[in-house]
Amino acid sequence: MKIVFEHLTKIYPSRKKGGAPVTAVADFDFEIPDGTLVGLLGPSGCGKSTALNLISGLAEPTQGRILFGDEDVTALPPEKRGVGLVFQNYALYPHMTVRQNILFPLQNLKGPQKLSKEEMEKRVNEAAALVQIEQLMDRKPSEMSGGQQQRVAIARALVKTPRVLLLDEPLSNLDARLRLQTREEIRRIQRKTGVTTIFVTHDQEEAMSISDRIVVMKAGAVHQIGRPQDVYDEPADSFVAKFLGTPPINVFRGSVRGGKLYIGSEAVLDVKAADREAVEVGVRPEGFIPKEDGALTCRLQAVEVMGRDISIVSRHDASEAAIRAIVSAEHAAMATGETVRFDLKPNKVFAFETESGARIAL
Amino acid sequence: MKQNGKKAWLYLLPAIAFLGVFMVYPLLDVFVYSFEEGYNSASQSYFGVGLYNYSYVLHDPFFLQAVKNTFLLVIVTVPLSTGFALLISLGLHSVKKLQQLFQTIYFLPYVTNTLAVGLVFMILFKKTEYSAGLMNLLLGAFGMSPVDFIDGPYWAKLFVLCFYTVWIVLPFKILILTSALASVDQTYYDAAKVDGAGRWRVFSRITLPMISPMIFYLVITGFIGAFKAYSDAVALFGVNLNAAGMNTIVGYIYDMLYGDSGGYPSYASAAAVILFAVVLTITVINLTVSRKNTAK
Repeated sequence: MKIVFEHLTKIYPSRKKGGAPVTAVADFDFEIPDGTLVGLLGPSGCGKSTALNLISGLAEPTQGRILFGDEDVTALPPEKRGVGLVFQNYALYPHMTVRQNILFPLQNLKGPQKLSKEEMEKRVNEAAALVQIEQLMDRKPSEMSGGQQQRVAIARALVKTPRVLLLDEPLSNLDARLRLQTREEIRRIQRKTGVTTIFVTHDQEEAMSISDRIVVMKAGAVHQIGRPQDVYDEPADSFVAKFLGTPPINVFRGSVRGGKLYIGSEAVLDVKAADREAVEVGVRPEGFIPKEDGALTCRLQAVEVMGRDISIVSRHDASEAAIRAIVSAEHAAMATGETVRFDLKPNKVFAFETESGARIAL
Repeated sequence: MKQNGKKAWLYLLPAIAFLGVFMVYPLLDVFVYSFEEGYNSASQSYFGVGLYNYSYVLHDPFFLQAVKNTFLLVIVTVPLSTGFALLISLGLHSVKKLQQLFQTIYFLPYVTNTLAVGLVFMILFKKTEYSAGLMNLLLGAFGMSPVDFIDGPYWAKLFVLCFYTVWIVLPFKILILTSALASVDQTYYDAAKVDGAGRWRVFSRITLPMISPMIFYLVITGFIGAFKAYSDAVALFGVNLNAAGMNTIVGYIYDMLYGDSGGYPSYASAAAVILFAVVLTITVINLTVSRKNTAK
């Protein structure tokens, strides 16, 4: 089911008397294609969860519309929208067994949708099989690990065959190893059911790894929508560039003069952009090539080896933070002495306006 | 480890000594008294050891009346007060405006003195030469004949006693249940909403099971409290409860010790042991049932 947002806005009144109201979701106006897995990505407090609540119907929008396919669901209560929601803490009913938990949404069906006992049984078993928890059906939530609870929560959300599946921070309560496993699992289940799925996360790696599309948000506003790799390669503004990528992008003070991009006083790239007094220059960690006569001269601090990655950590006057360059082993061997010099890969270098953060085409 | 053990006992000593002298010893003494026949507290002597005290108490019409009163009181007031408390708590929980104020109002009876409340109830229910009492005026307005609730028929007196008991125990139960309701995580309600549960199903399948440990707690303590009822009856019907036919088991025990017909610690002890046995049995049954039904 395709999801369409039309100028969707949610404004919360201020908690304090006389305080300014808080815009949790500002003018969402885009479409989520049928059958895709979409990651809603942003720092904490950016309105991601509010967006999810608006889609599920747990919160009412201040303005705008939500459509599932061609049907306007803005005024529908949650139970009539046909959404499955997996809560961040799973919200499994602690006094019910796994089977009873998954059965619960089916037992609530009324009127023409009402199912026979056998049909319910069948649907519960199918949902359980899909998330592979058949052997846990008679356990209580408290007797299961976080990962297992997560699966039960997904089964409960899917048992009604919802039109849209929503997941709120699905991996945040899991340990690192389980996280990797579970995100593949979510991908697999989504592929198998083909249900349009939106999940919320503040972890960019999580979003990048499994989403068909990511929506990058900040302070209620959408900054960029696109395929994860595209968003990474072509960030729309400095916020998106800084938010995506581990280690994060390196940021320098720079300028454009006479067809050259300067970092500090060093010309690092030939560009087509018009002259500008001050720009923010972002360079991805993998955008550095150590070279004897490289364009950018940095003071070497350390060479760090972390698993597969070797990074050269250095300092430059045009940057407050340490500069981290991920390089190959033979390149790393060149990093000795006081200074290290780099050439930059043009497609890994971005320039942004210093005030607005908007991207400048180079 | 051993050192620690000794230290622990040392720290426990004051409490153990205190409880031993003022609780364990009297408790055991009551058992002993209850088997000593013809005990005389003045001469500290007795005739023999046996079950006569129990036999006497169990054949005493006043005791049987007290048992009947107490059981009726327990059976009527515990479910009623718990049910009302649950209804009121649900109401309080769903009220947004002035919730604090309502909570305070509902809690007021808890901090009011039993005897003072009894006096107010007397004024409400008693029929005197001067006035029929507020309750009777109300009944009269509906065309019913006045009833003397304090000195009248048995059912009327029992009604007042039950009414009074429910009223006096409500605030504590409401306090416990409102906090139990408040402690249920909102996400369960959100989940139930998304799962399409109607209001009644949310209550019966989510809310009730979640607060059931607290309900069981209230039922158990309610049973125990009602079995121990005494001051309520005194507040309503005066000290001569046997004459009013409204004695309770605890009242009977008191009368046997200090009442006009008192001075029989053996009979009092036997009655106390019987009460203890009854309360223990019922509590064990309650606990067994609640263990089975409560979610972990």
